[in-house]
Amino acid sequence: MEGSLNMVGYGLAAIGPGVGIGLIFAAYINGVARQPEARNTLQTIAILGFALAEALAIIGIALAFVL
Amino acid sequence: MTAASPLNAGRQALAAEGFTPPGPELFNLPPIFGGSLLFAKPALLLVVGAVLVFGFFYATSRKMAMVPSKAQYAGEQAYSFVRNGIARDVIGSRDFMKFVPLLLAMFSFILINNLFGVVPFIQFPSFSRASFAYGLAALVWILYNGVGIWKHGLFGYLKHQTIPAGVNGPILILIVPLEFASNILVRPVTLSLRLFANMFAGHILLVLFTLGGEYLLLEAGNVAYAPVGVLALLLAVAISFLEILVQVLQAYVFTLLTAMYVQGALAEEH
Repeated sequence: MEGSLNMVGYGLAAIGPGVGIGLIFAAYINGVARQPEARNTLQTIAILGFALAEALAIIGIALAFVL
Repeated sequence: MTAASPLNAGRQALAAEGFTPPGPELFNLPPIFGGSLLFAKPALLLVVGAVLVFGFFYATSRKMAMVPSKAQYAGEQAYSFVRNGIARDVIGSRDFMKFVPLLLAMFSFILINNLFGVVPFIQFPSFSRASFAYGLAALVWILYNGVGIWKHGLFGYLKHQTIPAGVNGPILILIVPLEFASNILVRPVTLSLRLFANMFAGHILLVLFTLGGEYLLLEAGNVAYAPVGVLALLLAVAISFLEILVQVLQAYVFTLLTAMYVQGALAEEH
Protein backbone atom coordinates (compact mmCIF):
# COMPACT_ATOMS: atom_id res chain seq x y z
CA MET A 1 0.00 0.00 0.00
CA GLU A 2 1.22 3.43 -0.90
CA GLY A 3 -0.34 6.80 -0.38
CA SER A 4 -0.57 9.58 2.12
CA LEU A 5 -1.69 9.13 5.70
CA ASN A 6 -2.47 12.85 5.67
CA MET A 7 -5.57 12.14 3.64
CA VAL A 8 -6.79 9.49 6.10
CA GLY A 9 -6.12 11.96 8.89
CA TYR A 10 -8.07 14.64 7.10
CA GLY A 11 -10.97 12.24 6.60
CA LEU A 12 -11.00 11.55 10.35
CA ALA A 13 -10.67 15.23 11.18
CA ALA A 14 -13.64 16.07 8.98
CA ILE A 15 -15.94 13.93 11.17
CA GLY A 16 -16.00 16.61 13.86
CA PRO A 17 -17.11 19.54 11.71
CA GLY A 18 -19.49 17.17 9.90
CA VAL A 19 -21.27 16.29 13.13
CA GLY A 20 -21.21 19.94 14.18
CA ILE A 21 -22.77 21.19 10.94
CA GLY A 22 -25.42 18.49 11.20
CA LEU A 23 -26.30 19.60 14.73
CA ILE A 24 -26.46 23.26 13.71
CA PHE A 25 -28.88 22.66 10.86
CA ALA A 26 -30.92 20.22 12.96
CA ALA A 27 -31.37 22.97 15.53
CA TYR A 28 -32.19 25.48 12.77
CA ILE A 29 -34.88 23.23 11.26
CA ASN A 30 -36.28 22.61 14.74
CA GLY A 31 -36.41 26.30 15.44
CA VAL A 32 -38.13 27.17 12.17
CA ALA A 33 -40.64 24.33 12.63
CA ARG A 34 -41.54 25.62 16.07
CA GLN A 35 -41.61 29.29 15.15
CA PRO A 36 -41.77 29.93 11.40
CA GLU A 37 -41.77 33.71 11.79
CA ALA A 38 -38.29 33.58 13.36
CA ARG A 39 -36.87 32.17 10.12
CA ASN A 40 -34.89 35.24 9.02
CA THR A 41 -33.17 35.70 12.37
CA LEU A 42 -32.43 32.01 12.69
CA GLN A 43 -31.08 31.73 9.17
CA THR A 44 -28.36 34.30 9.79
CA ILE A 45 -27.35 32.63 13.05
CA ALA A 46 -27.37 29.17 11.45
CA ILE A 47 -25.18 30.27 8.56
CA LEU A 48 -22.78 31.93 10.99
CA GLY A 49 -22.56 28.76 13.06
CA PHE A 50 -22.11 26.72 9.91
CA ALA A 51 -19.27 28.97 8.80
CA LEU A 52 -17.53 28.73 12.17
CA ALA A 53 -17.81 24.93 12.29
CA GLU A 54 -16.67 24.67 8.69
CA ALA A 55 -13.59 26.72 9.53
CA LEU A 56 -12.28 23.69 11.42
CA ALA A 57 -12.61 21.50 8.36
CA ILE A 58 -10.87 24.19 6.29
CA ILE A 59 -7.94 24.40 8.69
CA GLY A 60 -7.79 20.61 8.40
CA ILE A 61 -7.62 20.59 4.61
CA ALA A 62 -4.94 23.26 4.63
CA LEU A 63 -2.86 21.23 7.07
CA ALA A 64 -3.42 18.01 5.10
CA PHE A 65 -1.70 19.61 2.12
CA VAL A 66 0.95 21.57 4.00
CA LEU A 67 2.24 18.99 6.49
CA MET B 1 0.24 25.20 -2.57
CA THR B 2 3.01 22.65 -2.19
CA ALA B 3 2.14 19.03 -2.79
CA ALA B 4 3.57 16.83 -0.07
CA SER B 5 5.98 14.19 -1.30
CA PRO B 6 3.92 11.20 -0.02
CA LEU B 7 1.09 12.50 -2.18
CA ASN B 8 3.28 12.42 -5.25
CA ALA B 9 4.56 8.96 -4.41
CA GLY B 10 1.02 7.69 -4.16
CA ARG B 11 0.12 9.31 -7.43
CA GLN B 12 3.08 7.79 -9.19
CA ALA B 13 2.16 4.36 -7.85
CA LEU B 14 -1.29 4.80 -9.35
CA ALA B 15 0.16 6.21 -12.55
CA ALA B 16 2.07 2.94 -12.98
CA GLU B 17 -1.33 1.27 -13.26
CA GLY B 18 -2.30 3.65 -16.05
CA PHE B 19 -4.51 6.26 -14.41
CA THR B 20 -3.23 9.52 -12.94
CA PRO B 21 -5.69 11.07 -10.48
CA PRO B 22 -5.85 14.87 -10.75
CA GLY B 23 -3.93 16.84 -8.13
CA PRO B 24 -3.00 20.41 -7.27
CA GLU B 25 -0.98 20.72 -10.51
CA LEU B 26 -4.38 20.92 -12.23
CA PHE B 27 -4.51 24.57 -11.26
CA ASN B 28 -1.22 25.59 -12.87
CA LEU B 29 -2.49 26.91 -16.16
CA PRO B 30 -0.20 28.20 -18.92
CA PRO B 31 0.06 31.98 -19.43
CA ILE B 32 -2.01 33.54 -22.21
CA PHE B 33 0.38 36.25 -23.44
CA GLY B 34 4.09 35.54 -23.68
CA GLY B 35 5.79 34.13 -20.63
CA SER B 36 4.22 36.12 -17.80
CA LEU B 37 2.54 33.86 -15.25
CA LEU B 38 0.66 36.89 -13.92
CA PHE B 39 -1.95 36.73 -16.62
CA ALA B 40 -3.29 33.22 -17.16
CA LYS B 41 -6.81 31.89 -17.48
CA PRO B 42 -7.85 32.62 -13.85
CA ALA B 43 -6.87 36.30 -14.13
CA LEU B 44 -8.69 36.56 -17.45
CA LEU B 45 -11.77 35.06 -15.81
CA LEU B 46 -11.62 37.65 -13.03
CA VAL B 47 -11.63 40.45 -15.59
CA VAL B 48 -14.46 38.82 -17.55
CA GLY B 49 -16.39 38.37 -14.31
CA ALA B 50 -16.01 42.02 -13.35
CA VAL B 51 -17.11 43.11 -16.83
CA LEU B 52 -20.14 40.80 -16.71
CA VAL B 53 -21.21 42.10 -13.29
CA PHE B 54 -20.87 45.69 -14.47
CA GLY B 55 -22.66 44.90 -17.72
CA PHE B 56 -25.54 43.17 -15.93
CA PHE B 57 -26.25 46.00 -13.51
CA TYR B 58 -25.65 48.68 -16.16
CA ALA B 59 -28.04 46.99 -18.61
CA THR B 60 -30.73 46.37 -16.02
CA SER B 61 -30.64 49.85 -14.50
CA ARG B 62 -30.12 51.94 -17.65
CA LYS B 63 -33.79 52.54 -18.42
CA MET B 64 -35.44 52.66 -15.04
CA ALA B 65 -39.21 52.78 -15.26
CA MET B 66 -42.02 52.81 -12.73
CA VAL B 67 -43.34 49.61 -14.31
CA PRO B 68 -40.17 47.53 -14.54
CA SER B 69 -39.22 45.55 -17.60
CA LYS B 70 -38.12 41.94 -17.14
CA ALA B 71 -34.45 42.92 -17.11
CA GLN B 72 -34.99 45.71 -14.60
CA TYR B 73 -36.94 43.30 -12.42
CA ALA B 74 -34.06 40.80 -12.45
CA GLY B 75 -31.58 43.51 -11.49
CA GLU B 76 -33.84 44.79 -8.74
CA GLN B 77 -34.31 41.30 -7.34
CA ALA B 78 -30.54 40.80 -7.12
CA TYR B 79 -30.13 44.23 -5.54
CA SER B 80 -32.89 43.82 -3.00
CA PHE B 81 -31.69 40.34 -2.03
CA VAL B 82 -28.33 41.76 -0.95
CA ARG B 83 -29.75 45.03 0.38
CA ASN B 84 -32.56 43.55 2.48
CA GLY B 85 -31.52 39.94 2.96
CA ILE B 86 -27.90 40.55 3.89
CA ALA B 87 -27.06 44.20 4.58
CA ARG B 88 -30.19 45.40 6.42
CA ASP B 89 -30.78 42.21 8.37
CA VAL B 90 -27.21 41.95 9.58
CA ILE B 91 -25.82 45.49 9.85
CA GLY B 92 -29.06 47.05 11.03
CA SER B 93 -31.25 49.72 9.49
CA ARG B 94 -29.18 52.70 10.71
CA ASP B 95 -25.81 52.18 8.99
CA PHE B 96 -26.39 49.59 6.30
CA MET B 97 -26.83 51.81 3.20
CA LYS B 98 -23.14 52.78 3.14
CA PHE B 99 -22.12 49.15 2.71
CA VAL B 100 -24.73 48.00 0.20
CA PRO B 101 -22.71 48.88 -2.95
CA LEU B 102 -19.66 46.98 -1.72
CA LEU B 103 -21.68 43.96 -0.57
CA LEU B 104 -23.67 43.83 -3.79
CA ALA B 105 -20.54 44.05 -5.94
CA MET B 106 -18.80 41.47 -3.80
CA PHE B 107 -21.70 39.02 -3.89
CA SER B 108 -22.22 39.25 -7.66
CA PHE B 109 -18.49 39.12 -8.38
CA ILE B 110 -17.88 36.03 -6.26
CA LEU B 111 -21.05 34.36 -7.49
CA ILE B 112 -20.20 34.77 -11.17
CA ASN B 113 -16.59 33.74 -10.67
CA ASN B 114 -17.70 30.62 -8.80
CA LEU B 115 -20.29 29.75 -11.42
CA PHE B 116 -17.54 29.80 -14.05
CA GLY B 117 -16.65 26.43 -12.53
CA VAL B 118 -19.67 24.73 -14.13
CA VAL B 119 -20.09 26.82 -17.29
CA PRO B 120 -19.16 24.57 -20.26
CA PHE B 121 -15.86 25.47 -21.98
CA ILE B 122 -14.85 27.74 -19.10
CA GLN B 123 -15.06 25.26 -16.23
CA PHE B 124 -12.66 26.92 -13.88
CA PRO B 125 -13.78 28.64 -10.68
CA SER B 126 -11.29 31.52 -10.49
CA PHE B 127 -11.24 31.53 -6.68
CA SER B 128 -9.74 28.05 -6.71
CA ARG B 129 -6.50 30.01 -6.98
CA ALA B 130 -5.86 30.94 -3.36
CA SER B 131 -4.23 34.30 -4.07
CA PHE B 132 -7.45 35.82 -5.42
CA ALA B 133 -9.33 34.77 -2.31
CA TYR B 134 -6.53 36.27 -0.17
CA GLY B 135 -6.98 39.56 -2.01
CA LEU B 136 -10.70 39.68 -1.31
CA ALA B 137 -10.20 38.74 2.33
CA ALA B 138 -7.56 41.46 2.70
CA LEU B 139 -10.09 43.96 1.39
CA VAL B 140 -12.64 42.78 3.97
CA TRP B 141 -10.05 42.88 6.75
CA ILE B 142 -9.10 46.47 5.96
CA LEU B 143 -12.78 47.39 5.68
CA TYR B 144 -14.03 46.07 9.01
CA ASN B 145 -10.99 47.12 11.00
CA GLY B 146 -11.05 50.53 9.34
CA VAL B 147 -14.74 50.97 10.08
CA GLY B 148 -14.20 49.92 13.69
CA ILE B 149 -11.27 52.29 14.21
CA TRP B 150 -13.21 55.10 12.56
CA LYS B 151 -16.13 54.47 14.91
CA HIS B 152 -14.41 53.73 18.23
CA GLY B 153 -10.85 55.05 17.84
CA LEU B 154 -7.85 52.72 17.80
CA PHE B 155 -7.77 51.79 21.48
CA GLY B 156 -11.53 51.83 21.82
CA TYR B 157 -11.75 49.46 18.88
CA LEU B 158 -9.13 47.07 20.26
CA LYS B 159 -10.95 47.05 23.60
CA HIS B 160 -14.24 46.53 21.78
CA GLN B 161 -12.94 43.52 19.85
CA THR B 162 -10.95 41.86 22.62
CA ILE B 163 -13.00 42.31 25.80
CA PRO B 164 -16.47 40.76 25.65
CA ALA B 165 -19.17 42.58 27.59
CA GLY B 166 -19.40 41.73 31.28
CA VAL B 167 -16.02 39.99 31.55
CA ASN B 168 -13.56 41.25 34.16
CA GLY B 169 -11.02 39.95 36.61
CA PRO B 170 -8.06 37.59 36.04
CA ILE B 171 -9.87 35.68 33.28
CA LEU B 172 -9.04 38.63 31.02
CA ILE B 173 -5.44 37.36 30.79
CA LEU B 174 -6.84 34.33 28.96
CA ILE B 175 -9.69 36.02 27.09
CA VAL B 176 -7.88 38.99 25.55
CA PRO B 177 -5.28 37.07 23.48
CA LEU B 178 -7.91 34.52 22.43
CA GLU B 179 -10.38 37.17 21.32
CA PHE B 180 -7.64 39.13 19.58
CA ALA B 181 -6.53 36.04 17.65
CA SER B 182 -10.06 35.05 16.81
CA ASN B 183 -11.40 38.48 15.81
CA ILE B 184 -8.38 40.09 14.20
CA LEU B 185 -5.92 37.41 13.09
CA VAL B 186 -7.88 34.29 12.14
CA ARG B 187 -10.92 35.91 10.50
CA PRO B 188 -9.29 36.85 7.19
CA VAL B 189 -7.56 33.46 7.04
CA THR B 190 -10.73 31.42 7.43
CA LEU B 191 -12.67 33.81 5.21
CA SER B 192 -10.30 33.36 2.28
CA LEU B 193 -9.54 29.69 2.88
CA ARG B 194 -13.23 28.82 3.07
CA LEU B 195 -13.89 30.24 -0.38
CA PHE B 196 -10.66 28.89 -1.84
CA ALA B 197 -10.91 25.38 -0.35
CA ASN B 198 -14.50 24.89 -1.42
CA MET B 199 -13.76 25.88 -5.01
CA PHE B 200 -10.50 23.92 -5.07
CA ALA B 201 -12.02 20.72 -3.68
CA GLY B 202 -15.10 21.02 -5.89
CA HIS B 203 -13.03 21.43 -9.04
CA ILE B 204 -10.77 18.47 -8.20
CA LEU B 205 -13.81 16.33 -7.41
CA LEU B 206 -15.44 17.13 -10.75
CA VAL B 207 -12.25 16.47 -12.70
CA LEU B 208 -11.66 13.23 -10.81
CA PHE B 209 -15.10 11.84 -11.56
CA THR B 210 -15.02 12.89 -15.21
CA LEU B 211 -11.50 11.64 -15.95
CA GLY B 212 -11.98 8.49 -13.88
CA GLY B 213 -15.26 7.67 -15.59
CA GLU B 214 -13.73 8.24 -19.00
CA TYR B 215 -10.74 6.08 -18.13
CA LEU B 216 -12.84 3.20 -16.80
CA LEU B 217 -15.18 3.36 -19.78
CA LEU B 218 -12.72 3.68 -22.65
CA GLU B 219 -9.14 3.07 -21.60
CA ALA B 220 -9.15 0.46 -18.86
CA GLY B 221 -9.36 -2.34 -21.43
CA ASN B 222 -11.74 -4.40 -19.33
CA VAL B 223 -15.43 -4.59 -20.23
CA ALA B 224 -16.37 -5.26 -16.61
CA TYR B 225 -15.23 -1.73 -15.68
CA ALA B 226 -17.46 -0.01 -18.23
CA PRO B 227 -20.66 0.11 -16.12
CA VAL B 228 -18.66 1.63 -13.25
CA GLY B 229 -17.36 4.24 -15.69
CA VAL B 230 -20.90 5.10 -16.76
CA LEU B 231 -21.88 5.36 -13.10
CA ALA B 232 -18.94 7.68 -12.43
CA LEU B 233 -19.92 9.93 -15.35
CA LEU B 234 -23.53 10.09 -14.09
CA LEU B 235 -22.21 10.95 -10.64
CA ALA B 236 -20.13 13.71 -12.23
CA VAL B 237 -23.38 15.27 -13.49
CA ALA B 238 -24.95 14.94 -10.04
CA ILE B 239 -21.87 16.50 -8.44
CA SER B 240 -22.09 19.40 -10.89
CA PHE B 241 -25.48 20.25 -9.40
CA LEU B 242 -24.09 19.92 -5.88
CA GLU B 243 -21.27 22.24 -6.96
CA ILE B 244 -23.76 24.87 -8.18
CA LEU B 245 -25.35 24.75 -4.72
CA VAL B 246 -21.96 25.07 -3.02
CA GLN B 247 -20.89 27.93 -5.30
CA VAL B 248 -24.01 29.98 -4.60
CA LEU B 249 -23.78 29.19 -0.89
CA GLN B 250 -20.13 30.24 -0.68
CA ALA B 251 -20.82 33.57 -2.39
CA TYR B 252 -23.66 34.11 0.11
CA VAL B 253 -21.58 33.06 3.11
CA PHE B 254 -18.66 35.30 2.13
CA THR B 255 -20.93 38.33 1.79
CA LEU B 256 -22.86 37.49 4.95
CA LEU B 257 -19.66 37.15 6.99
CA THR B 258 -18.36 40.44 5.61
CA ALA B 259 -21.57 42.10 6.76
CA MET B 260 -21.29 40.40 10.16
CA TYR B 261 -17.71 41.55 10.68
CA VAL B 262 -18.71 45.10 9.79
CA GLN B 263 -21.66 44.88 12.17
CA GLY B 264 -19.41 43.54 14.93
CA ALA B 265 -16.99 46.41 14.44
CA LEU B 266 -19.77 49.00 14.37
CA ALA B 267 -21.77 47.72 17.35
CA GLU B 268 -22.28 50.08 20.27
CA GLU B 269 -20.69 49.46 23.64
CA HIS B 270 -22.92 47.26 25.72
